[in-house]
Amino acid sequence: MERRTLFPGRLLPALLILPQLVLTVVFFLWPAVQAIRSSLEREDAFGTSTEFVGLDNFTDLFADPLYLAAIGRTVVFCACVTALSMGVALVLAVLADTEIRGRAFYRTMLIWPYAVAPAMAAVLWVLMFHPQIGLVGAWLNRIGIAWDYKLDGTQAMALVILAAAWKQISYNFIFFLAGLQAIPKTIIEAARIDGARGLRRFRTIILPLLMPTVYFLLVVDLVYAAFDTFATVYAVNGGGPGQSTQTLVLKVYLDGVVNANVGASSAQSVVLMAGVIVLCALQFRFLGRKAVT
Amino acid sequence: MSRRALNLIPHAVLILAILLFALPIWIAIAGSTQDSAVIARGEVSLVPNLSGLGVYRDVLMDGSAGAGPVWRALLVSAGMALAIAFGKIALSLPSAYAVTFFRFPFRMAAFWLIFLTLMLPVEVRLIPTFQVMSSLDLINSFTGLTIPLIASATATLLFRQTFLAVPDELVEAARIDGAGPLRFLRDILIPVSGANIAALFVILFVYGWNQYLWPLLVATDPKLDTVVISIVKMIGVDTATEWNKVMATAVLALIPPVAVVLLMQRWFVKGLTEGDK
Repeated sequence: MERRTLFPGRLLPALLILPQLVLTVVFFLWPAVQAIRSSLEREDAFGTSTEFVGLDNFTDLFADPLYLAAIGRTVVFCACVTALSMGVALVLAVLADTEIRGRAFYRTMLIWPYAVAPAMAAVLWVLMFHPQIGLVGAWLNRIGIAWDYKLDGTQAMALVILAAAWKQISYNFIFFLAGLQAIPKTIIEAARIDGARGLRRFRTIILPLLMPTVYFLLVVDLVYAAFDTFATVYAVNGGGPGQSTQTLVLKVYLDGVVNANVGASSAQSVVLMAGVIVLCALQFRFLGRKAVT
Repeated sequence: MSRRALNLIPHAVLILAILLFALPIWIAIAGSTQDSAVIARGEVSLVPNLSGLGVYRDVLMDGSAGAGPVWRALLVSAGMALAIAFGKIALSLPSAYAVTFFRFPFRMAAFWLIFLTLMLPVEVRLIPTFQVMSSLDLINSFTGLTIPLIASATATLLFRQTFLAVPDELVEAARIDGAGPLRFLRDILIPVSGANIAALFVILFVYGWNQYLWPLLVATDPKLDTVVISIVKMIGVDTATEWNKVMATAVLALIPPVAVVLLMQRWFVKGLTEGDK
């Protein structure tokens, strides 16, 4: 879509767009190019010289069992967070969409966790599930379940999944509710007259009409789970115990910043970039390019 | 089951969900007023102890083990969130205006370049961006904390969509009245986009307030700790965590973004759902 009514002039629009372009080039494009460059190089042990090594960093990366394990872990993490937060949000949105009393109140009370930072979600869940001080964590231990996410990798994973999904439910809820409200009431009415009820009405009428929202949220949630949860995972256990909660984003940080292995970290960055591009392309497809053209 | 009981199920599920959402916050509120030693024994009560409210003054003024005074961290967070929100709006609005209301060479190239940044979240270009900052000597500065997060494809896309929907008659009328492009932008376009700007402000304020990875990397000076960074530092100390202070800080850190979302709820929901689709 293009506007028909335009203003003349070339200098003014160039000046208007310039600041944004400068920031984009300096802080996005340039670093991205640098990441690609240093992913093809290797520093010697003293950090004094670098040499071009082609795709060696990538072949090393995919030969590294730790990296492959991190990929698998990230896939499990993203799948669980996405499924959990979308599932719960959908149920809540369907309930809040019905004509029940106190609808506005319910909505407000379900929207606010959108504002909670990923790191804060971790802090709040640690306060609940800490094996000694947490209300739930200490209780689990009292009833005889050995709960300690600082020692048990599976429990740590469960905790970061819950904390990450909890925070994302609000976002999904907002979109599902908007999607449900966009469905014309006449269609629902017609289905009701035809005798479609409850679950069947939902599955055959409502869900198909809601699919664009489902696809959209699927991509958004996967991107959220893959990237925005760095803070959640890092704040709970720093990727531990051992490597049990080290997702790919955590590994970029730990390898690049903590272990100062720039080549390996850059190769990981490039792999992640490819991942985001694939997800964005998917989103593009599902949205029918509406946002851009 | 009777029809009446059936009607109660949605209420029951929704109330349960609300309670589950609110439980962590309530634990933090109630816990903040209790004695740290009691909490450390795992005996946190869900009833706040009103005489323990002094903890809020303590953390605001003196902080807690592992982090400095919270008033300063709150100030850094607020500054960062406001700078990012206003900065993004101030950059995106003119650039969206330029690509929608003008024809100039490389217009689409410029637009696609901005669009490309959608695909480069800070997490994937972490170390090179840090290197750029360090060659610009912006490490440990407020500028370094905010500027790289200000370029925004989402805001530009949102404004572009709003501007595309402005009726041609409005532009014609303004032109007949002798308004140039800048007058039109200031006196007509910005006022009619008020609701979109408000919605975007909420989203961007929350985004800015909630940053963690970038501040962690670029600002190691404790004076530049945001409140989110501070609290993670507090729970990270190995011995003698002052749990009541951690909880008080958590409450303080949550109030501003939650208040912004709730106060501007109507615009925010509209802007979020219409902007992204």
